[in-house]
Amino acid sequence: MSIENALSDPYTKWMEGKGPYASIVISSRVRLARNLNKFNFPHLHDEQSSREVLRLAKDALTSEEMRQQVEGIDFSQTKDLSSHDLMLLVEKHLISPQFAENEAAESGIALSEDEAISVMVNEEDHLRLQVLLPALQLKEAWSMASQVDDLLESKLDYAFDEQYGYLTCCPTNVGTGLRASVMMHLPAIAMTNQANRFFMSLSKLGFTVRGLYGEGTQAKGNLFQISNQVTLGHSEEEIIANLGSVCIQIIEQEEQMRDKLRKDGLARLEDLVFRSYGILTNAYIISSEEAMAHLSNVRLGLDMGLLRDVQNRKLNELLVVIRPAFLRKLAGKEIDAFNRDFKRAELIRGTLS
Amino acid sequence: MLCQECQKKPATVHLTQIVNNTKKELHLCHECAQNHQELSISLNLDPGFSIHKLLAGMLDGAPLQQMNAAASPECPQCGLNFTQFGEIGRFGCSNCYNTFDDRLKPLLRRVQGTTQHTGKVPKRAGGKLGVKREIDKLKAQLQQAVQDEAYERAAELRDKIRDMENKLQ
Repeated sequence: MSIENALSDPYTKWMEGKGPYASIVISSRVRLARNLNKFNFPHLHDEQSSREVLRLAKDALTSEEMRQQVEGIDFSQTKDLSSHDLMLLVEKHLISPQFAENEAAESGIALSEDEAISVMVNEEDHLRLQVLLPALQLKEAWSMASQVDDLLESKLDYAFDEQYGYLTCCPTNVGTGLRASVMMHLPAIAMTNQANRFFMSLSKLGFTVRGLYGEGTQAKGNLFQISNQVTLGHSEEEIIANLGSVCIQIIEQEEQMRDKLRKDGLARLEDLVFRSYGILTNAYIISSEEAMAHLSNVRLGLDMGLLRDVQNRKLNELLVVIRPAFLRKLAGKEIDAFNRDFKRAELIRGTLS
Repeated sequence: MLCQECQKKPATVHLTQIVNNTKKELHLCHECAQNHQELSISLNLDPGFSIHKLLAGMLDGAPLQQMNAAASPECPQCGLNFTQFGEIGRFGCSNCYNTFDDRLKPLLRRVQGTTQHTGKVPKRAGGKLGVKREIDKLKAQLQQAVQDEAYERAAELRDKIRDMENKLQ
């Protein structure tokens, strides 16, 4: 059962740490928003129609064809999951925070065995299909998403309009319903005081830069999410290609900055990396914020060949297991802030040394 | 320039305020600025700030209060009117796109830069669309045939249209 696995094992597909540009790009995500004809959007649903949408979506998501195409796909109703379970899924980036908050609703989630594919039912739209892959693999993610979308469409009556495309609850998603985003680790760009200007110019080009957990969140640990803003008037392939090429430029910029860091003062860079490594492998109490900052330095050290005995994959996993819901899971009971910081430090020490 | 408040850090926030023709200038560092009341609006976004509210502000370019709720049509499927859409920034159902078509276009042009989808077309719904387009074409031909008094051809076309319309249902 993939949902049970997802809740017990922090490891998930996007943490693999392998693939194109895996040292800078952590993951690539493609999300499609889809709705059904003749039903109000979830925020105006009555209970009966939301139940009906949930039933239709469940039938489509658990059909024989779907099982053949998506390995180990498993469907759960949100009602059957605790709020802690939902938070775990948020921390693994498999569902959105908004979806988790609305736990009482008639909603559900389908998850593939490897957790690369997830579908939220009755989030802001009736269906939110997500494909999340490690490293820079936007095209692969889009092609996987499109195949699942085709299969869903063969079973469900999609709201589609010749002019406006796929009709969505919020007009910022209408058209393709596609939001593609790439999570990148950009410590060298962030270190320069040009970071803000750099990100501003991206927004002029139609891309959004956000923090780790999406809309309205801060960039912690130098992790940035870059995504397309416009969903209408471009084909999916164009959107994916544009975002991909912008990402390559950002990667090049980051690499140049890293070279500069190395040339300008290797000793300073080594100090930064090993000081952080020292703290992470010795601290007994550490806050999430402090941990994220040091993990970023350690990751930089690993990418630049200064540190050797650390695995990219392990660093990715730490991004998730040091979050509150996972720490609670590992403790097996509610824990207060102090014990969280203690548990977090223990986990990091265990992973890095 | 040093921050006026703490005199320690460089001033990065500069504010010029004109109240009753009196000019007042403030030069603060980031930290002090955050504690400053006059700046709280511009620096700290309202926690309830969201894309939906932002969208609402862009509607038609006209402030919402000026829009007459009575004049705004109500969506026959979900009952949402455009004023309500303005408040929540979200539509109530897919039919809203049809109901608010006229008002939606300027908004989409502003938010998305365009109003025409050019991406993926779903196979099934898209297939139906294709058939609908074909029927429209045949109907035009039928009219032409009737005008030309080509009744045999018109009968053929009529049967074909009927067939296709049956298929659609």
